[in-house]
Amino acid sequence: MTLTDSPPRTPVLVLSVEDAHPGDPIARRLRELGFVAGEEVRIVARGPFGAEPLLVQVGYTRFALRRAEAARVLVTPVQPAAQPSAPMQDHAPAPVEEREVSA
Amino acid sequence: MNARAEPLRLALLGNPNCGKTALFNQLTGSRQKVANYAGVTVERKEGRLRGPSGRQYAVLDLPGAYSLSPASLDEAITRDLCRGFYPGEAAPDLLVCVVDATNLRLHLRFVLEVLQMGKPVIVALNMSDAARRRGIQIDRAALERELGVSVVETVAVRHHGARALVERIDELAAQPRLPQVTLAEGADLHAETRRLLDAAVRMPARTAHIDDLLDRWLLHPLFGLLTLALVMFLIFQAVYAWATPVMDLIEAGTAALGEWVGGSLSEGPLASLLVDGIIAGLGGVIVFLPQILILFAFILALEESGYLPRAAFLLDRMMAGAGLSGRSFIPLLSSFACAIPGIMATRSIQDPRDRLATILVAPLMTCSARLPVYALLIGAFIPAREVALGFNLQGLVLFGLYMAGILSALAVSWVMKKWRRDKGEHPLMLELPSYRVPHPRDLLIGLGERGMIFLKRVGGIIFALTVLLWVLLSFPAAPPDATMPAIDYSLAGRIGHSMTALFAPLGFNWQICIALIPGLAAREVAVSSLATVYALSAVDDEAATQALTPLISDGWSLATGLSLLVWFIYAPQCIATWAAIKRETGSWKTMAIAAGYLFVLAYLASLLTYQVAVRLGAG
Repeated sequence: MTLTDSPPRTPVLVLSVEDAHPGDPIARRLRELGFVAGEEVRIVARGPFGAEPLLVQVGYTRFALRRAEAARVLVTPVQPAAQPSAPMQDHAPAPVEEREVSA
Repeated sequence: MNARAEPLRLALLGNPNCGKTALFNQLTGSRQKVANYAGVTVERKEGRLRGPSGRQYAVLDLPGAYSLSPASLDEAITRDLCRGFYPGEAAPDLLVCVVDATNLRLHLRFVLEVLQMGKPVIVALNMSDAARRRGIQIDRAALERELGVSVVETVAVRHHGARALVERIDELAAQPRLPQVTLAEGADLHAETRRLLDAAVRMPARTAHIDDLLDRWLLHPLFGLLTLALVMFLIFQAVYAWATPVMDLIEAGTAALGEWVGGSLSEGPLASLLVDGIIAGLGGVIVFLPQILILFAFILALEESGYLPRAAFLLDRMMAGAGLSGRSFIPLLSSFACAIPGIMATRSIQDPRDRLATILVAPLMTCSARLPVYALLIGAFIPAREVALGFNLQGLVLFGLYMAGILSALAVSWVMKKWRRDKGEHPLMLELPSYRVPHPRDLLIGLGERGMIFLKRVGGIIFALTVLLWVLLSFPAAPPDATMPAIDYSLAGRIGHSMTALFAPLGFNWQICIALIPGLAAREVAVSSLATVYALSAVDDEAATQALTPLISDGWSLATGLSLLVWFIYAPQCIATWAAIKRETGSWKTMAIAAGYLFVLAYLASLLTYQVAVRLGAG
């Protein structure tokens, strides 16, 4: 599914960012901003009109993306083993990397 | 490098929102020069710094960039300048790469990209206090070791927060050769960033709880919009109401100064030039300052605190439909007070196309200078009758005039969007940074810059045009046995008379045509000019309106009155606005396009109004 379809406040993993056309600068910029395979991202808010733009958390940063931009990002749900109990915190996979463990 | 006479050139670069400008202010204080890069309207800020060794440095604050593969003009300038390719700019000797310690995943990737250039680099780990407060532990020594360049903690908003950085730079500069490392091209920067974070950073939570909490309310579809409406109301109220007493004071001061100078000089062209040309021209420039400073105090505080991008987030969908962006909203709102600060405020819109569209439609917002004209014409032609539900017809017409401006602006920007040759996608991709308490020093420096830019650049053009207008209005002088008002004999008078043929289809008589010319200085001047043309001796605008009302309601048809009202919705009747457009776009052509399309709109709308009104029997 694309990031646009992912439910709000639910972490998903990035699979890839698809170029809308060859050499798509927007796709390139998304990758530079941290939308790379394996990265955990999450929609934290949506705009009041037409649920646009989407506010997406990637790493420690929040970006507002229009739907057309977010549609370039292919994502997959985080494995069910890591059911988040509190949506605002990251109980990401197992705490292999200490920086991903929530406070 | 030791005994160089030239100061060492430092360039600050980093992602947007890394606190780079605050660090720049900390390093250079008020010793800053603000200009534009050659040929473009991107701001160039340079300042001076003296190290503890007494060595001098020239510090350049480069535009913020997410990457050196540029996606905007700002980023292209940053890349070219770092590489030493920017025409007319010397390559920096040392790159000071500023990173936000609370946002290292994004910012370290950029550091790696910078290292690939193979230039001498020092990393400023900024906002290290905020990182510590959030429990983020950064092993500075490990980071230094892994990166291979100096890493220094800074707190840009604290006194002496950059001292360690300056000392380190001074040490580096004392070495015979600045150390540098080169990262291989083609490395996987994300993988490398992850490795660095694993090696040097312990991060308990991804985002600050205060940010999560504030965003939940401030971006809420209902409460977020309500808060935004409240903030907007406060800004509008402040720009409109708080500035008025100061502006009245400036106007009274200018008039008093003019009277004093006029009284101490003998009557003649020199006295007239001084009083009506130069003093009035300077007064006409300074009178805009209160509004500009109040508006920018708000905008800077909102930008620094991180709220401005949130407002853009809330409004983006609505504005994008009309071919604008969420960031267009505040400039357009402030244009209701005056288009000059509104046009200057478009600097917060990064996308050049959205910025241009906003500048072009800003003059359609009903500015406060139109009110005296509307008041005169509505008072003279629209009966003060209650229509329904306690609504007054005069009030409804005034509301209609405001709405006509707003709807026309939306229509114009929509048409521009449809007609534009550039069909490329203009992404939003807007970072919503952590909330911060704005630092007074950064606000004051920012305000000072805005004020100086207005006085020096925009003010110069306004002043020159005002003096030119004085020439048109004063020469040739009326003959001693003149029976008509002096303006009738002047160049402006002749132009007014010759304009009559063009404006007759709009129902404008020659008196109106002449009054339109001095009205260029500021729209409200049209009222006192009409009084002059009708040879009334009125002491102020209020008296002029009172004396004029019976005259024009008898002398002009209703169709003429309505036509002139409609004219003022659109007419590019303000040279200060022209000056601001020229200054902010750097282009005479854009200024001409703005003035031209507004004139055509005004002409067509007034023509339609007059002709329809005449057909309906109001002629």
